[in-house]
Amino acid sequence: MIRVLIPSQLTAYTDGVTRVPAAGATVDEVLKDLDARFPGIRFRVVDEQDRVRRHMRIFVGLEETRAVSRPLSDGDELLIFGALSGG
Amino acid sequence: MTEAMQLLIGTRKGAWIFRSDAARARWRIEGPLFLGQIINHFRVDPRDGRTMLMAATTGHLGPTILRSTDGGKSWTEAKRPPAFPKGDKLGRAVNHSFWLEPGHADEPGVWWAGTSPPGLFRSADGGESWESVAGLNEHPMVAEWLPPDGGTPDGAILNQVVLDPRDARHIYLATCSAGVLESLDQGGSWTPLNKNVRCDFLPDPYPEFGQDSHFIALAPADPDRLWQQNHCGIYRLDRPGEVWDRIGEAMPKEVGDIGFTVVPHVRDRESAYVFPMDGTEVWPRVSPGGRPAVYRTRDGGASWERKDSGFPAQQGWFTVKRQAFCGDACDPMGLYLGTTGGEVWMSDDEGESFRQVAAHLPEIYSVTAAPAP
Repeated sequence: MIRVLIPSQLTAYTDGVTRVPAAGATVDEVLKDLDARFPGIRFRVVDEQDRVRRHMRIFVGLEETRAVSRPLSDGDELLIFGALSGG
Repeated sequence: MTEAMQLLIGTRKGAWIFRSDAARARWRIEGPLFLGQIINHFRVDPRDGRTMLMAATTGHLGPTILRSTDGGKSWTEAKRPPAFPKGDKLGRAVNHSFWLEPGHADEPGVWWAGTSPPGLFRSADGGESWESVAGLNEHPMVAEWLPPDGGTPDGAILNQVVLDPRDARHIYLATCSAGVLESLDQGGSWTPLNKNVRCDFLPDPYPEFGQDSHFIALAPADPDRLWQQNHCGIYRLDRPGEVWDRIGEAMPKEVGDIGFTVVPHVRDRESAYVFPMDGTEVWPRVSPGGRPAVYRTRDGGASWERKDSGFPAQQGWFTVKRQAFCGDACDPMGLYLGTTGGEVWMSDDEGESFRQVAAHLPEIYSVTAAPAP
């Protein structure tokens, strides 16, 4: 099981919940698992070429990744953030 | 004869709906809808009067299409928003949808979308799912016509899809890097339509393509008449002709003929309205001299009249973007414009006078008018 932190920008999809469990052996599998339960959430984080969107950041624990192929281990924490941007 | 209208307003920070009484005198405000989302376009389907689509994104999140099938009471998200095919040879990914166009009257449920980077997408189910239009997006010339990294400061765009009301196969596109493109087979093949349209910013000032077509409009009273507000002037083209006429040459020299948009009169093929902006030196893109005005032609662009009654006489630095100026089908025709300063202005007498309907909204990206339900 992977523990996922949902940023405020995406809590409209999760009915306000900020921490959700998910299944998957890679970042992409976890995002797809989330998308199956919260339709549309993945496309707002990752584009159609499987690139993490410019103003989104994904961490596995303390380590940032831009690759959705990044392997995950049971018990990992996946943190999704909206990057600093604004105006 | 006038009727109650609704204005669908998309802003940099959400959407609003303004609904009027039958005289268009009083306006009731609904919103904000989706506060904080960037709404580039907000349209209602004229074929049913109830389906509404918004082109939405945010500063962080990827793009989506928001849908209502009950006139804006409830909203859901498209199941499959516009997206280029995976493995696209140009590596394109939709940053945002810019233009939404309800399909032809003979094709209920069909919608078209133009995106940034430039791409054309079609929905056959009322905006629920979208398919890439290969005839354009995979065209052998697409890298030259519509380079993903070219074009305007906020990203290259396919900024407009315009349908011939007489023929669902006949489509025009306005783009920021290939000017106007035309298809006679519903998007299967495309031809540039830019003769005599100037490019001040290229070595060849009259290329086959490369123009920045800010906005085109077919005259409702004569769909063979095209009006164009280009990056480099105001033009008119009467089909089947192919050579545009720079009718903006008749604008006052101190005002110029630069702007984002043009609104043809709903019943008179000779009349149209523009909202000029300052395109001198570093391109301030504000009302020339701080004196906002609409200019109206009633003779096909041979001459233009200044219409500024009601606007600030000085220190009014309005900018009106591509999708933020429109008209209605009433008699007298109403005109509506939204500014980057968050103001909505209207005229209920075909441009003779203007009054402010709203202020203090976020930067306005689009204003569309339709009969209220």
